[in-house]
Amino acid sequence: MARGNKNATIIPGFGLTLGVTVAWLSALVLVPLVLLFVRTTALSWPKFVEIVTDERAVASYKLTLGCALAAASLNAVMGSIIAWTLVRVEFPGRRLLDAVVDLPFALPTAVSGIALTAVYSRNGWIGQALGFPVAFTPLGIMVALTFIGLPFVVRTLQPAIEDLDPGVEEAAGILGASRMQTFFRVIAPALLPSLITGFALAFSRALGEYGSVIFISGNMPLRTEITPLLIVTKLEQFDYAGATALGAVQLTASFLMLFSINLVQWWTARKTGVR
Amino acid sequence: MLSLVAAGMAGCGSGRADVGTTLRNVSYDPTREFYQAFNRVFSEYWVGRGKGAVEVEQSHGGSGKQARSVIDGLETDVVTLALAYDIDAIAERAKLLPKDWQRRLPHNSCPYTSTIVFLVRQGNPKGIRGWNDLTRGGVQVITANPKTGGGARWNYLAAWGYALGESGGREAAAEEFVRALYLNVPVLDSGARGATTTFVQRGLGDVLLCWENEAYLARREFATEQLEMVSPAVSIQAEPPVALVDVRAEQRGNRAAAQAYLEYLYTTGGQTLARQHFFRPSVEPGESFAAMKLFTVEELEGGWAAAHQKHFRDNAIFDRIYRPGRSGG
Amino acid sequence: MKWRVLLVGLTVLFLSLFLLVPLAAILVEALRKGAGAYVRALLDPDAMVAIRLTLLCASIAVVASVIFGICAAWAVTRFRFPGKSLLLTFIDLPFAVSPVVAGLLMVLVFGGQGWLGPLHLGVLFATPGIILATIFVSFPFVARELIPLMQEQGTEEEEAALLLGASGWQTFVRITLPKIKWGLLYGVILANARAMGEFGAVSVVSGHIRGRTNTIPLHVEILYNEYNFVAAFAVASLLALLALATLGAKALLEWKLRRDAEAAQREAGA
Repeated sequence: MARGNKNATIIPGFGLTLGVTVAWLSALVLVPLVLLFVRTTALSWPKFVEIVTDERAVASYKLTLGCALAAASLNAVMGSIIAWTLVRVEFPGRRLLDAVVDLPFALPTAVSGIALTAVYSRNGWIGQALGFPVAFTPLGIMVALTFIGLPFVVRTLQPAIEDLDPGVEEAAGILGASRMQTFFRVIAPALLPSLITGFALAFSRALGEYGSVIFISGNMPLRTEITPLLIVTKLEQFDYAGATALGAVQLTASFLMLFSINLVQWWTARKTGVR
Repeated sequence: MLSLVAAGMAGCGSGRADVGTTLRNVSYDPTREFYQAFNRVFSEYWVGRGKGAVEVEQSHGGSGKQARSVIDGLETDVVTLALAYDIDAIAERAKLLPKDWQRRLPHNSCPYTSTIVFLVRQGNPKGIRGWNDLTRGGVQVITANPKTGGGARWNYLAAWGYALGESGGREAAAEEFVRALYLNVPVLDSGARGATTTFVQRGLGDVLLCWENEAYLARREFATEQLEMVSPAVSIQAEPPVALVDVRAEQRGNRAAAQAYLEYLYTTGGQTLARQHFFRPSVEPGESFAAMKLFTVEELEGGWAAAHQKHFRDNAIFDRIYRPGRSGG
Repeated sequence: MKWRVLLVGLTVLFLSLFLLVPLAAILVEALRKGAGAYVRALLDPDAMVAIRLTLLCASIAVVASVIFGICAAWAVTRFRFPGKSLLLTFIDLPFAVSPVVAGLLMVLVFGGQGWLGPLHLGVLFATPGIILATIFVSFPFVARELIPLMQEQGTEEEEAALLLGASGWQTFVRITLPKIKWGLLYGVILANARAMGEFGAVSVVSGHIRGRTNTIPLHVEILYNEYNFVAAFAVASLLALLALATLGAKALLEWKLRRDAEAAQREAGA
């Protein structure tokens, strides 16, 4: 079925690689997800709707979505600059900075949350200097989400930048292209797939983040309460069905978001012509 | 050299073989030091009775989460959690112990108790003496969310019970009081340690509501902050119960040892250790703690099931009173 | 030149605000009671067990991530088939799943009242469960690094090699692998860091048994929760150091690769 006539390639390994991929995803992702949705059927439909459209739940969706989007956008911009600098510009301390990019992954999220709160609270090192409150406001949530999402963007862009041939840019320059032209015509198209991937990953990770956020957010209902916290609230009452209902909403949202990003990417790839 | 290593490993192996019994105790968060000491003492006692060495594995975490782990299959001989509600859930959902478990050991299965006290900053600048001071304008109270931290439910019920007593049992007045109190809460941490950090290290708030034993621990950890403890005249008796997990203990062949382990908590040995770790011993109260008038959840609401239904269930009283978004603050 | 200063300035500023200053805060906290307390926290037997368990889980998870990543990237970038975007989305999903939900998923499958519960597989609250949870959160990294890279690189060189009579495996090792080595390396680094640091999902399936099923992040949490803040941050800083060590390994590898490449060039020139 998959080997249609437009699939006229001589490259081997389709069955093996796709088989491994699909089997793996089924066991680790698909089956548990199906179970999650099956479990929500323990609730009647009106009850399900009541839980997922509760005033606090809706407020938490807006907050989570908004902060995740803001953080991922900031990361996309700053992450690109950072990735470019770390790969292309020689300066003292470059290796050290390169190394700390992974910090958000390596630290347990709770530790990140405590450290960020310490730094950004009113009496913290940065919080004192800022003059406006960061910790315990939506801004604090954004800081935490930016923190955990940064490596996604930087690390997806870095290999693509390493892989760019400086010769092509030089050639463009020799052929009379301006810096701007070189950037938009030569560099940007080559990096775009990686950038979109990085953005999508940072964004989706931010939607589900729990550990680092709860320390800095203040967890005020309707104002700084994120969706994963509501799930934990349900679990603390041994309300597995309620927890799975909110979990299902969160997953469906992430899935749709990621799916549309992947569609867009597939579409642009086809338009620009994958070689 | 190699033979030496081999001998060492053999030594280790035989050392482990000596351990006749391995008990497991699933407990809540800040009880590690207490149980570490208690496990040693119990092991000596058990050996002394000619029963062979016993090793106790400890697991610590949030009380509700620990209960969920046991329900979902974490095998353990005994549980020692922060509130009876969590052990009730194990009895009800996983049927690993009888529903009347709390009547099987003395003092409602609570060999030690604690209470809710206030921790204030050096010199008590806001002059916090009792519960009424917590609802004053300009006083910020730090406490965890009773819906995500089991331990914090005691804080809430302490305030409720105090107000109910003051108003002669009028629930509307009690609700008004806790509403006023929680309006003074600027940040709602998800657990007790988060709240402590917010209070001590972020410098937020004027008073921290916490368990008495944890107030001692926090003062020791943050000795330089010179925190002061204020014991209100009236508070709740926080009862962290212990229970044998019958089904699991039998499967593991540990019933006798596990039962003895729990009973030993009630002996002088266990009670002394509890006091050393800032718990109020149930059998031998002694005089090392502030004299306070304490009421129980049983007296207040007739037990945890009812208390939960009334206060902490979704859209129950706590959800109703705590709507900071509404107050425009 | 001006561009350079601006780029470096922005990079340093942003990374300082978001990464370096928090890291410093952790170190300050870890050393609050002096170096002695710091070392004691790391040499604690329970901490040692946690370190061993974390290293074991991370190494298994990284290998799993590489195998899956190469297969997935090969299938996705070398062939056309319907449902590709859907497949990609499922690869991304573990990133989006809240750690809270990821743990819940494991419980739904393996828990006492779960789907496979009656089989008593001994997965939950034991090492296999921790390994599985670690794999779950870290397996997409390598695939996610390789897919955009391999897409961008195209297939001409592979096709040429195959036409010249190379076998599929030879083509992969000789042609593809050298081209994707950077992506692979970054993927491994990320998967490793994430695997070592994962807390949420692992926390649900571990059971927190001291000296048995605690990983480093769980050990940190427990120390923190029992008011042992200095030890908690000391052990946490160890995780940061482990991540830096991975980066050190990367730098070494980079240097070696460059040396080999130069040697090969010289040989070709001679």
